Amino acid sequence: MSVLELANISKHFGAIQAVNDVSFSLEAGEVVGLMGDNGAGKSTLVKMIAGNFRPSHGTMHLEGKEIVMHKPAEARQHGIEIVHQDLALCNNLTAAANVYLGRELRRGVGPFRILDYAAMYKRAGQLFAELKSETRPRDLVKQMSGGQRQAVAIARTMLSQAKIVLMDEPTAAISVRQVAEVLNLIRHLRDQGIAVVLISHRMPDVFDVADRVIVMRRGRKVADKKIASSSPEEVTGLITGAIEQVA
Amino acid sequence: MAVTLDQTIAQKQHTFLSRLLANQTFWVVIAVILACLFLSFATDSFATSKNLFNITRNVTFVAIVALGMTFVIITGGIDLSVGSVLCLCSMVLAVTMHAGYSIEIGILATIVTALAIGAFNGVLIAYVGFPPFVVTLGMLSVARSLAMVASNNTVVFQFGPDHQKLLALGGGAWVFGIANPVLYMIILALITGFILRWTKFGRHIFAIGGNEHAATLTGVPVKQIKVAVYMISALSAGLAGIIQTGWLGAVTTNLGTGMELQVIAATVIGGANLAGGVGTALGAIVGAALIEVIRNSLGLLGINAFWQGTFIGGAIILAVLFDRIRNFRRSD
Repeated sequence: MSVLELANISKHFGAIQAVNDVSFSLEAGEVVGLMGDNGAGKSTLVKMIAGNFRPSHGTMHLEGKEIVMHKPAEARQHGIEIVHQDLALCNNLTAAANVYLGRELRRGVGPFRILDYAAMYKRAGQLFAELKSETRPRDLVKQMSGGQRQAVAIARTMLSQAKIVLMDEPTAAISVRQVAEVLNLIRHLRDQGIAVVLISHRMPDVFDVADRVIVMRRGRKVADKKIASSSPEEVTGLITGAIEQVA
Repeated sequence: MAVTLDQTIAQKQHTFLSRLLANQTFWVVIAVILACLFLSFATDSFATSKNLFNITRNVTFVAIVALGMTFVIITGGIDLSVGSVLCLCSMVLAVTMHAGYSIEIGILATIVTALAIGAFNGVLIAYVGFPPFVVTLGMLSVARSLAMVASNNTVVFQFGPDHQKLLALGGGAWVFGIANPVLYMIILALITGFILRWTKFGRHIFAIGGNEHAATLTGVPVKQIKVAVYMISALSAGLAGIIQTGWLGAVTTNLGTGMELQVIAATVIGGANLAGGVGTALGAIVGAALIEVIRNSLGLLGINAFWQGTFIGGAIILAVLFDRIRNFRRSD
């Protein structure tokens, strides 16, 4: 059974059709590259899976059960995590505070509950160690390097038992060494049985780490095939429209 | 000796001392203490119990409103309406009690008024997307005008059957001879400090000021929290209004005129950042204290009162300048 099954998903904003009748499924422990030019509908599609937008038409099934989400918190409860393109970090907060943003740990009784700083520092430190990142939970994100900031954003997705991790251009603006680190992080997630959707413009990254590639153009899905049976040239053709569509 | 990853992660980069020295509030506290020491030696009248009693009491009204303003400023907003809201709330209290209602009903009506105004500001800002500056500037005008309508622009100085209770509430000194307003200020500061440091709500306020978009994406209820902070700000103005009414024993429609600037100055001098994401309860108090000490000292040193604005304005600019210098050094 697929972890996630999208059926005939569409989304329009007024007269603009951002995503048009897209269906695909995700398996556990699979990395899927989602590619397409700017405005092809990748981000809109991912935002629907992440609970930021509601689809205008179509249904989503998570492990066989239909899900309807109104806000990002609900997607998280279903085990769907997202790493945003800008990483969505607050510079004025510590690494641990950013990891736990929106789901802070608290201790106490009933309504009298206070933030549990010690537990959050401890768990965040464990996650950074797991990611092999030299990131200190007590440091402000303001003072961190690009790689450390990535680690903070990715540590967020590991807080709960995620089933699906969506990554929006994680390798867009970082150094070569950091790209390798991020790709390793993706493999690390995959090995834990998590389905990863990697949105990227970078052909080498997708062909390096993904099992399957989905190409979108003008809101439609134009290809969905195994990496092994495709090539960068074919995908480029599909993105630009030189190749109309493949099965 | 090799340093393992775990050791690096567990390391604390800042000691208590280095954090203290990097803290603007700490330096403002030092400035207040130095100014007080200087004035104690330079004048005979500063370190008298009467003058100190006066200073502490004068600080409180600005400080209480500054506590509420701190919430708003941490989210990156601003509330210009607090002076007028304070006036309107005082007037609602005065008119209600003058009409013969008890002090409890008067205070209830005042608090409801404050929360309604805060909710109005907050909803327009959070849900309709107005800039905070514009909405609260409008409210600055509206609230003062409503205060004039409520009182027909007269001075109210008779508060019905509970007249004495109200004067005792604001003018008394129930514990150890400390003026009541000072006690209220301390209690409210402790509550504010607790909320900011130890609650999820407080954490989210800082997150909104740091990166509102990120807060939204991570599921922080940004809009509700924004409405809440403007309600807190208006509530703090309302509470200050109640206390000030009891202390003054009379309400006029020019109460709290220009107060918003003093309040914002106090929060900024105390270390809050108008760009959002930074601020403390202690900062609001010591900022208010520094302004009051400057004002008081000018009088005692025999400097013309017309210079007050220059010195207070200078303190604001100096405080922000120190902040800039620290940031320059960090970015190098």
